[in-house]
Amino acid sequence: MSLSVLVRGSGVAGLSVAAELVSRGVEVTVAEAASRPGSGASRNAGGMLAPWCEAESAPQEVVLRSAGAIDWWERFVPGVIRRGTLVVAPPRDVRELASFGSRTSGFEEVGAQAIAELEPDLAGRFAKGLFFGEEAHLDPRRSLAALVSFLERGGARIVCDCPDVPPGVFGRIVDARGLAARGVLTSLRGVRGEMLVLRCPDVSLQRPVRLLHPRIPVYIVPRADHVFMAGATMIESEHEGGITLRSMSELLGAVWTLHPAFSEAEIIETGTCLRPSWSDNVPRVTERDGVVYVNGMYRHGFLLAPDCARRAADLVCGERS
Amino acid sequence: MRFYGTELAGGLMLGTAQYPSPESLAEAVRAARADVVTVSLRRESAGGRAGEGFWSLTRDLGVPVLPNTAGCHTVREAVTTAHMAREVFETDWIKLEVIGDSDTLQPDVFGLTEAARILCEEGFRVFPYTTEDLVVAERLLSVGCEVLMPWGAPIGSGKGLNNPFGLRMMRAHFPDVPLVIDAGIGVPSHAARAMEMGYDAVLINTAVAKAGNPVTMARAFRLAVDAGRLARDAVPMEERDMASPSTPVLGKACLV
Repeated sequence: MSLSVLVRGSGVAGLSVAAELVSRGVEVTVAEAASRPGSGASRNAGGMLAPWCEAESAPQEVVLRSAGAIDWWERFVPGVIRRGTLVVAPPRDVRELASFGSRTSGFEEVGAQAIAELEPDLAGRFAKGLFFGEEAHLDPRRSLAALVSFLERGGARIVCDCPDVPPGVFGRIVDARGLAARGVLTSLRGVRGEMLVLRCPDVSLQRPVRLLHPRIPVYIVPRADHVFMAGATMIESEHEGGITLRSMSELLGAVWTLHPAFSEAEIIETGTCLRPSWSDNVPRVTERDGVVYVNGMYRHGFLLAPDCARRAADLVCGERS
Repeated sequence: MRFYGTELAGGLMLGTAQYPSPESLAEAVRAARADVVTVSLRRESAGGRAGEGFWSLTRDLGVPVLPNTAGCHTVREAVTTAHMAREVFETDWIKLEVIGDSDTLQPDVFGLTEAARILCEEGFRVFPYTTEDLVVAERLLSVGCEVLMPWGAPIGSGKGLNNPFGLRMMRAHFPDVPLVIDAGIGVPSHAARAMEMGYDAVLINTAVAKAGNPVTMARAFRLAVDAGRLARDAVPMEERDMASPSTPVLGKACLV
């Protein structure tokens, strides 16, 4: 009889574990407390697969564990775009580029001409930048939906409106519920993030662009059809209310700085969420009382979900043999 | 030096913002042997206790907490934030910031003196973030502040001690008031310089939090603060415009 595994939670962590398990021939049930899968923090992610840029503030472990992440996503979902990341700074903050470069690797320094070739719409706007050519990005919502359909095709069962363990006999349980698991994982905390979605027909970007600023660094990720996601704040707060005027002004100011044509953009959505985080801000896969916990994805959900999925699946499958 | 009756001998205060993670913050606080940590409430609270997760981490650092009103632009915001800080951290200490310009983060000294007056009357022990302006400093003392925290340079600029003349004058003018350099320190030599000048402490945040290795930088600041204070205690020599030969010139061969 094949192993039957329950995965609790259908954010990027839960769905990735489920997909990895299905690809290993495991029978999977996903239980989601909300009315549809993928409706938590993952939905508001940037979707940047940018380990080299993240090294600016993340520990080396994050970079190491992201190896193979882009390939993993390409295996499971369409729409992974490998065009790298461009990092620029306005003239006043150009020194931030040197500082960013000193903490990261895997980039080349680019001048005005190379920036214009990479991003024609930014021609003439920035004299210097850093180009991280190996990085990639994806659309988180489409990717989560693609994981769901992969699971359904693979025979997995997805049960929504199910905050508890659904009926059934499960050989193992994987808990990837994010902050909802803090009853057990008591040292988890939430880190508030706020983002905007804009539609701007006047601007095209080929890849995520990060605009450096000493206090308000912002990234802008292009989606299909001239839609852009701008984010994201990092606030040590568990307030779940809407985006604040200050955060929105800062994000919009940065987007405007990137290109004045954004001033005519339509703001089609604002979002806030709490990123489940451990005290070192590094995701963990742990086992306690027979349950495998995947949690604390922090701002590395899409980047480290493949690593967490493999680790969790190894734990689950290793137990079987 | 005693700050409102509490001895803070080490001369190093650390801000808690902008670290890569709470864990690296905790390690930096240990490496710096910080006397005090400052914590902001304004943006984290959203008018309630939403920042509790992070605040409880800072309470667990084992170091006295000096809550601050960072991000407040008006007297009313600062006073409200101070009230909340007293409740959250069970302390009457408050590092009072009233920001006058959101780009330079310069203190609004007019709002600052007014907020300080209100809070001192309410029994708070106010640590005001101010400029090196002596008249403003006098006013802060007259409304009840017993500590002054002049800036070295704008917050986060890392420029060091922008106006050494003004800061030296401030030290000379208020020999008995605890003085802390609050902002603008970028590297440990800036901190050493402040301590050599006779300042009682320095408050560092960005320079440690945004260093490539915050923990090592925290240790470097501890060494610098200790060195600067030892130098001050040892009474440094006075600068001279002329070289001062340590052996007499008289009697030497004069080769013209």
